[in-house]
Amino acid sequence: MRTHGNRATNGKLKDRLSIVVVEADRDRAVQIVDALDKADDYDVFVISEVSSLARQIAARKPDVVLIDVENPSRDTLEELAIASGPQDRPVAMFVSGAGGGMAKAAVEAGVSAYVVDGLQPERLKPVLDAAIARFQLFRQMRNELAETKRALEERKVIDRAKGLLMKARGIGEDEAYAMLRRTAMDQGRRVADVAAALVTAAGLLS
Amino acid sequence: MNRTTLATAYMPLVDAAPLIVAQELGFAAAEGLALDLVRAPSWSSVRDMLAFGRVDAAHMLSAMPVAMAMGIGGVQVEVSAVQVLSVNGNTIGVSRALADRLRGRGFGFGFDDAAAAGAALRDALDGPLRVGVPFPFSMHAELLYYWFEAVGFPADAVEVHTIPPPLMSAALAEAEIDAFCVGAPWGSISVERSEGELLLPGSAIWRFAPEKVLAVRRDWAETEPHLLGRLMRAVWRAGRWLAQEDSATTTAELLARPEYLDVPPELIDRALTGRLTISPRGDQRRVPGFIEFHRGAATFPWLSQAEWIADRIARRTGRDPAAARAASRRAFRSDLYREALADTGAEMPGASRKVEGAIRERTAEAAVGGRVWLEADGFFDGRVFDPDAD
Repeated sequence: MRTHGNRATNGKLKDRLSIVVVEADRDRAVQIVDALDKADDYDVFVISEVSSLARQIAARKPDVVLIDVENPSRDTLEELAIASGPQDRPVAMFVSGAGGGMAKAAVEAGVSAYVVDGLQPERLKPVLDAAIARFQLFRQMRNELAETKRALEERKVIDRAKGLLMKARGIGEDEAYAMLRRTAMDQGRRVADVAAALVTAAGLLS
Repeated sequence: MNRTTLATAYMPLVDAAPLIVAQELGFAAAEGLALDLVRAPSWSSVRDMLAFGRVDAAHMLSAMPVAMAMGIGGVQVEVSAVQVLSVNGNTIGVSRALADRLRGRGFGFGFDDAAAAGAALRDALDGPLRVGVPFPFSMHAELLYYWFEAVGFPADAVEVHTIPPPLMSAALAEAEIDAFCVGAPWGSISVERSEGELLLPGSAIWRFAPEKVLAVRRDWAETEPHLLGRLMRAVWRAGRWLAQEDSATTTAELLARPEYLDVPPELIDRALTGRLTISPRGDQRRVPGFIEFHRGAATFPWLSQAEWIADRIARRTGRDPAAARAASRRAFRSDLYREALADTGAEMPGASRKVEGAIRERTAEAAVGGRVWLEADGFFDGRVFDPDAD
């Protein structure tokens, strides 16, 4: 196994799969490369700059291209579906079998794979397995982050609603929170939603 | 009423309006449907979501089902275009630098003459013209190739690059491209950011170009014909509503919402009303029929439209045009359109193919149960496409 530094400069060996990873975020790119390294010995090259993406990729002649499903520049890769010269082999979105089981799992995990025409599915499997596992982790982390952010936002709104009640009714913090909770229970809504409604209404009335 | 939820993918563009309006203004509900509208980050992602069953229907570039039927792109799930969602609606724009050069050579930015604009562009070249399109298999790309060819651009004078619409304006500003062809509102956004000027509407090249389609999996259409029929009727009625002049303001406000396009309503309104601001100095141009959702049987999926697209893609990628045209006829489903919309009052042309480009002005033609008004559909160079020729 080689270190990341000399990846770009090392010549490509014939039997080793060459993989291009399109990823602008450096930390994520490193993690993907590490995950692939654990799966097997590949030539991995990371592209972080999306301008002229199709040409950058075509110049590398990779066997596999991995890109985040959410990346809008993905459409650029579709250009590679048509070979640009007689020596070139087209690169197309990977779909295995009739139902596209492996590709479906990949897309659900958040990664799409483009594969050079004629590559055997069994050579691709370890690459995709590693990428899928890594992207599932990314997705999980992203969801957790979003959840934390949402919880924080809700806390803020609830605090503001409590403040409004305390001021308007001359009551203490515990009592204000109890009011919010009671209203939420009576109306079958979440405390955060009741608080948000109160803050909005107060904004309109002030 | 118990509503069936239908996951539907779309790209945040003005021509997604029939789907958004169908859901928001009750046309879907009237058919017992709730559209779960899934905003996609790219066209490939729309295709994959449809192919892998994450969604059952999608807003798609008219050339995508055709390219898929031709076996391009790897995803071999058969997709059916059951209805055209919109006709026209693209703009061609150039960088400020190129606009200045054109102006310096006396070009007047008339915005309606593709031959004049093309000649001016050809004569102003000082290197290959780099043009951005949103997807390699799209009406944007085909209109450009057609235009450059007809105007007599040397073969190596043009490079067409794929760039996502939200990044188009920046690519122009960073001189990565010199020009673009893009759907609304992204042309107007480049003007608003003072990064581009508009040269032509797509309709100046082809007066009646099918732009987006309602796409479903072929096997889904077979197993869920009733559900598909309800979806098509809801979307068709939304298109009919969109064609009313006083719908524009409501539509612009609706589409502008953060969960849909998330851009200022004023920029959406320009496309819907065909009143475009073409330069950062505020020059205005009026484009009748800039985008059509209904008029002229706009929603009818003509097989000849699919064949024109297939023929063009085949010729420029070195494939057999006859085989491509035959494959494309499987992708555009005028048969399903006739079935689903039979009792809605939708105009049904007598034939499902026509000579494309032959209608010079609005014409009444014989139709099922009466007549149908067809709008002018000419190509700027006067050529026609006869699907039965060759």
